[in-house]
Amino acid sequence: MNNFMTILLHTYLSKLKTKSFIVTTLITVAIVAGLANLSGIIEYFNKDDQERIAVIDETGVLLAPLQEQLDALNSNISLIAYKGSEAEGESAVKDEEYKGLLLLTFTEEELPEASYKARSIADSAIPSELQGGLQQLKTQMAATQINLSPEQLSKLYEPVPFDKTALEENAKTEEELNQARGLVYVLLFIIYFAVILYANMIAMEVATEKSSRVMEILISSVSPIKQMFAKILGIGLLSLTQMALILLVGYFSVKQNLDTMEGGFFEFFGFGNIPASTIAYALIFFILGYFLYATLAAFLGSLVSRIEDIQQMITPMTMMVVAGFMIAMFGLGQPEASFVTITSYIPFFTPMLMFMRVGMLSLPVWEPILGIAILLVSIILLAVFGARVYRGGVLMYGKSNSFKDIKKALQLTNNE
Amino acid sequence: MALELEHVTKRFGKFTAVDDLSLSIPESEMFGFLGANGAGKTTTFRMILGLLDPSGGKITWNGNPIDYSTSPLIGYLPEERGLYPKLKVKDQVIYLAKLRGMAKQNCLKELTYWLERFKVPEYANKKIEELSKGNQQKIQFITAVIHKPKLLILDEPFSGLDPVNVELLKDAVLDLKDSGTTIVFSSHRMEHVEELCEHLCIMQKGRPVVHGSLKEIKRSFGRKNLIIHADYDLSFLKDSRGVVKARQTAEGIQLQISGEDAAESIFREVAEKGFVRKFVLEEPSLNDIFIEKAGASYE
Repeated sequence: MNNFMTILLHTYLSKLKTKSFIVTTLITVAIVAGLANLSGIIEYFNKDDQERIAVIDETGVLLAPLQEQLDALNSNISLIAYKGSEAEGESAVKDEEYKGLLLLTFTEEELPEASYKARSIADSAIPSELQGGLQQLKTQMAATQINLSPEQLSKLYEPVPFDKTALEENAKTEEELNQARGLVYVLLFIIYFAVILYANMIAMEVATEKSSRVMEILISSVSPIKQMFAKILGIGLLSLTQMALILLVGYFSVKQNLDTMEGGFFEFFGFGNIPASTIAYALIFFILGYFLYATLAAFLGSLVSRIEDIQQMITPMTMMVVAGFMIAMFGLGQPEASFVTITSYIPFFTPMLMFMRVGMLSLPVWEPILGIAILLVSIILLAVFGARVYRGGVLMYGKSNSFKDIKKALQLTNNE
Repeated sequence: MALELEHVTKRFGKFTAVDDLSLSIPESEMFGFLGANGAGKTTTFRMILGLLDPSGGKITWNGNPIDYSTSPLIGYLPEERGLYPKLKVKDQVIYLAKLRGMAKQNCLKELTYWLERFKVPEYANKKIEELSKGNQQKIQFITAVIHKPKLLILDEPFSGLDPVNVELLKDAVLDLKDSGTTIVFSSHRMEHVEELCEHLCIMQKGRPVVHGSLKEIKRSFGRKNLIIHADYDLSFLKDSRGVVKARQTAEGIQLQISGEDAAESIFREVAEKGFVRKFVLEEPSLNDIFIEKAGASYE
């Protein structure tokens, strides 16, 4: 047990001190803090950013109501009546005095018509806002022309009452579902990246120790199985440290900015009231998923002799994680598809899919429990099998690195 | 007997790497374990260390099986360099020594002693990848012996070292032996084996073909070397009775002969021809024996 702790701490501390780990953690923390403060940052840059548009209003009546419409739409466009000719206006735009030039006229039917000129029309936000404002204006004017009262008009545009009710007991309401979707989406991403990142790290560690031949010394003092699990736990601890750091920074910066975020993006993503069970399931499936893929990565890593070959060796594993993630993304839209239900019981997909289902749907408790049980059993099976391959694999040196080597590695550990 | 191998066999599928090997090595003895490449040396070492299980037979240390509970008693210097390239010498040695059950304080003290003994005290805080191959080998040696093992396995310990450093390490090995360490020593440099080991074993294709004390092996080999220097052509001796091998040298000829009586008849033969400046009858070198028995050449 003593040796186990020595390896675990060595793995943890030596990784913790590497530059790459510190740098990636800092960058991620910075990104998280940046995202949490996003609205503040955007506001800072857009503070007094009024878009000035020159308007030549030939009708003489459209300018003021259009500005009203735009203000109602929360637009930051300010319309300025331009007294000169069209050519003068164009050159004023070219001189960057104005963002653009808007010509307002009436059609034969006395309805508004416009043409917009700007240095470039790459920025589609301004013209579409102008167009939207004009559209509203036109609708009103046309309504007046055919003698529609405002009441009649609003009746025309009134949305059909459409109410969705889930009949199943404790099924999630539409609102809850949307919230859950946002949260599950974010957590899925975290699981996905963490599994790929840390499983890679383990495979690299093992391959490095093997290619530098330090492995032979290590396993002459500690059994390979003990060494493998100490390593997996050491990196696991590292991953939790990194996650905790990021989440902590995220939590505090969100908390600080809570006022500015009400109702916006964060509410949509369901961070307003996070259900504790979803977080608990996320943690459980994250840890189990980590162990599953870490064990797989460790024994795949034990099969290569050169670090260059590691990527090739773990590609199938990475593909599996990606496939699981893809199905989960698809499942966010259709969590009840039978395809998703079935695949959520396949061990390598369970961490993401079962979590997605449990987060999105109101599953009977036995389903996630069964998923966890399946995961536990496959982790144990994989660990037993992986440990045997690992024991032989770390002693094998050679050019070839294919899955045939698994057989060779097993043969090495055979007593007969 | 300290280290005992009884009818040890190791098979990998259909391939037999080690075939019915029995050795017994007493305490405080340096045992030469020789063999051509692929003769089964490394496999045997791995079985002694418990990395591989023998397919048959058993290996014991003072009557007890060797497993991970005995690992603090064992030191291992593998043929290939096995160190973390990115780790500092100090951290590296401490980590590996801890795994052999050593306390950190004690380890630091010993490390200082060894670095000074090998005249490289300034390397404690350097990374392994910054050191030369020979200096890496010194660190590798330190990791193998720092915990004062009872059984030390040295696989090619002197490779990559210059003659001065070979002497330095040789002295260290001899000191360890005198302080009671049992050492299994493998090398392709026969002069090192001749110098250091009283007993040895030569492996060929997993089987021991020669086994015993160095003197006995030389005696029972029977053949002797005969070196003759003369001013005339000696090549006619190639076909003389009792000559096994002949090699022309710059000043004369070097013969391997079947025994002392053959030397007598050759002596008479050359005496008839004329004056001889040198006529030496020598014991065979271990190199000759190895080449003959292991069937591979090491010049």
